[in-house]
Amino acid sequence: MNGKRGHSDTLTLSAGRDFSRRRFFGVLTRAAAVWGLLLNPLKAFAIRLHESPPWRKKKPYWGFAVDIDKCIGCGRCAEACKVENDVPREPFWFRTWVERYVIRKDGEVEVDSPNAGIDGFPPTQSPETVARTFFVPKLCNLCEKSPCVQVCPVGATFKTEDGVVLIDRDYCIGCRYCIQACPYGTRYFHPTLHVADKCNMCYHRITKGLKPACVEVCPTGARIFGDLSDPNSEVSKFSSENRVNVLKPHLGTQPKLVYKGMDKEVR
Amino acid sequence: MIDSHLINEFYEALERVSGYIYPNEIELQWSVLIVLYPYITGLVAGAFILASLVRVFKVDEMAPAYRLALLTSLAFLLVAPMPLNAHLGHPERAYEILVTPNTNSAMAMFGFVYLWYLTIVLLLEVWFDYRKDIVILSKTKPAPLRWFYKILTLGVDDISPRALALDDKIGRAITVIGVPSAVLLHGYVGFIFGSIKAIPWWSTALMPIIFLFSAMVSGIAAVMVIYMFSCWLRGEQIVGARMKCVDTIARYLLVSLIVSFSLEALEMIQKAYEAEEHYDITVVMLEGMLYLSMLVVQVFLGSIVPMIFLGFVRIANVHERVRKAVYAVSSLLILLGVLAMRWNVVIGGQFVSKSFRGITTYKLGIAGREGLLSAAIILILPVLILAVLVKLFPPWESADKPTEATAGDPIS
Repeated sequence: MNGKRGHSDTLTLSAGRDFSRRRFFGVLTRAAAVWGLLLNPLKAFAIRLHESPPWRKKKPYWGFAVDIDKCIGCGRCAEACKVENDVPREPFWFRTWVERYVIRKDGEVEVDSPNAGIDGFPPTQSPETVARTFFVPKLCNLCEKSPCVQVCPVGATFKTEDGVVLIDRDYCIGCRYCIQACPYGTRYFHPTLHVADKCNMCYHRITKGLKPACVEVCPTGARIFGDLSDPNSEVSKFSSENRVNVLKPHLGTQPKLVYKGMDKEVR
Repeated sequence: MIDSHLINEFYEALERVSGYIYPNEIELQWSVLIVLYPYITGLVAGAFILASLVRVFKVDEMAPAYRLALLTSLAFLLVAPMPLNAHLGHPERAYEILVTPNTNSAMAMFGFVYLWYLTIVLLLEVWFDYRKDIVILSKTKPAPLRWFYKILTLGVDDISPRALALDDKIGRAITVIGVPSAVLLHGYVGFIFGSIKAIPWWSTALMPIIFLFSAMVSGIAAVMVIYMFSCWLRGEQIVGARMKCVDTIARYLLVSLIVSFSLEALEMIQKAYEAEEHYDITVVMLEGMLYLSMLVVQVFLGSIVPMIFLGFVRIANVHERVRKAVYAVSSLLILLGVLAMRWNVVIGGQFVSKSFRGITTYKLGIAGREGLLSAAIILILPVLILAVLVKLFPPWESADKPTEATAGDPIS
């Protein structure tokens, strides 16, 4: 485009007599401008549609997987998270929790997560009527298109280059819009800092080559964390070799937290 | 240290939860203050749109209430950011919305929409509208007040017919900009809720339109109540031109109420008909905690009853005294109904767990930053501001001398 414009400029200087030629190049310049203004963004948009996911390029790019069949509901993950991240101890604020699903033979569904499962679960009533039961750990879904980031009025919550959603505590104004926008209920309002708070994948640990606390303590390996940009990482292999699903896929948030063996009743 | 009061409150709330909610959902994030925010901005937009009917659309019958509607709009707009600020975890950082807005955030627009509306639309319009009065007052009032008006003249005291004609022209131009601005202001508030896909109760493209029409309904009803009340205060009978004025306001009130109610009904019918996965739990909420505030107050008392009342006096030939009583009662019911509607949207949307498996509750406290008292203060404050504004800038002369300083006057 620049080349064309330069060309036409020189012509304009020298070609006072050659009017039709000058006009021709004038038209060309304008066409180039239209091309630049209108078509280039369209092209860029078209390219973006076919763009490969960021974890093909960025290194590392963090992902998380949960093997529901391996979770025994011990709640050690939720406990470790509270300790590691100084989350208020009262049972109203959690960065991660474990849900227990009990599906009865008549189709009735019971879900509970007393104190996130940290103190264990009460015994299931009338076990003879239970059709199936399982535990589902919940945490930040690592949305590629995070609604929480989208709505933050000041940009205090943001996605890092390596794909983790963080909150700047010194910047958050505490409007709680992000808590409303998170479809997975993983955010809470910190009762003493008066800012939004959430799972940060133990960012202080993962950037030093360690695993998040919840992954570290899980006794069965139900929680898998790693680099999606590395095809040989545990999380990449797990996600590609198993039939996995995400929570609320219809919302288009594109979580990088995937579940293997997720029942239809899990929300 | 965590506030022990808060902890106790949450333990109590835990008892009232039915079904399963995500563990972080015990706390209801947006309290009664956020109920007031759309209510107050709605009154701003509604009152302004009513004023613009006089100014732009030349509905001259309502001229006696024109300036009062403008001042009402201004009084409520001055209070509008208060509930928001009071609700913030860090109010001292609120300026960040203006300094470093996230352009993807609907909420980040607030500061700009608000400032635009306050300065470009309302303040300018009021100034051009009152310029002549301000100049006269700056010459006739006693000393300290005179200086106040003198400053407000901004050094311009030309009130020649030519200058006034220009004022009127500019005023009308501002109103023309003001109407889409009012639509933007309240449509935007609706978008704040309508764009949250995580909460199906909010997430509908109709939300901005529903908010807009309910804003018009509440704003018109507010002007009706304030106009009738101020006539009564000043010992003026509502007869002749004034009766014509309230009759016309009532007509617009009925039309916008019908549109608003239809839109809300349409949305509910759509929700019930589509009956997506969250529908069952929504019904539980409607039959339980929203029964009184939604079905009884918002739908029946706040919409159906006033619609029947206002419709009846339009069809039947009833005495002026009955009409006035009907207007006053209907307007008050409508104001209550729209407040209930804001409650049902804001609080109702947070009752249902995002797991769609349970319902949480909300207990409105009396004291505290987000209690009933703060809410009451925030609701009364605009009325007090309006009283002061009315004292400083009497809006009445247009009623007494309809040839001066109102829309459609001979100057233009």
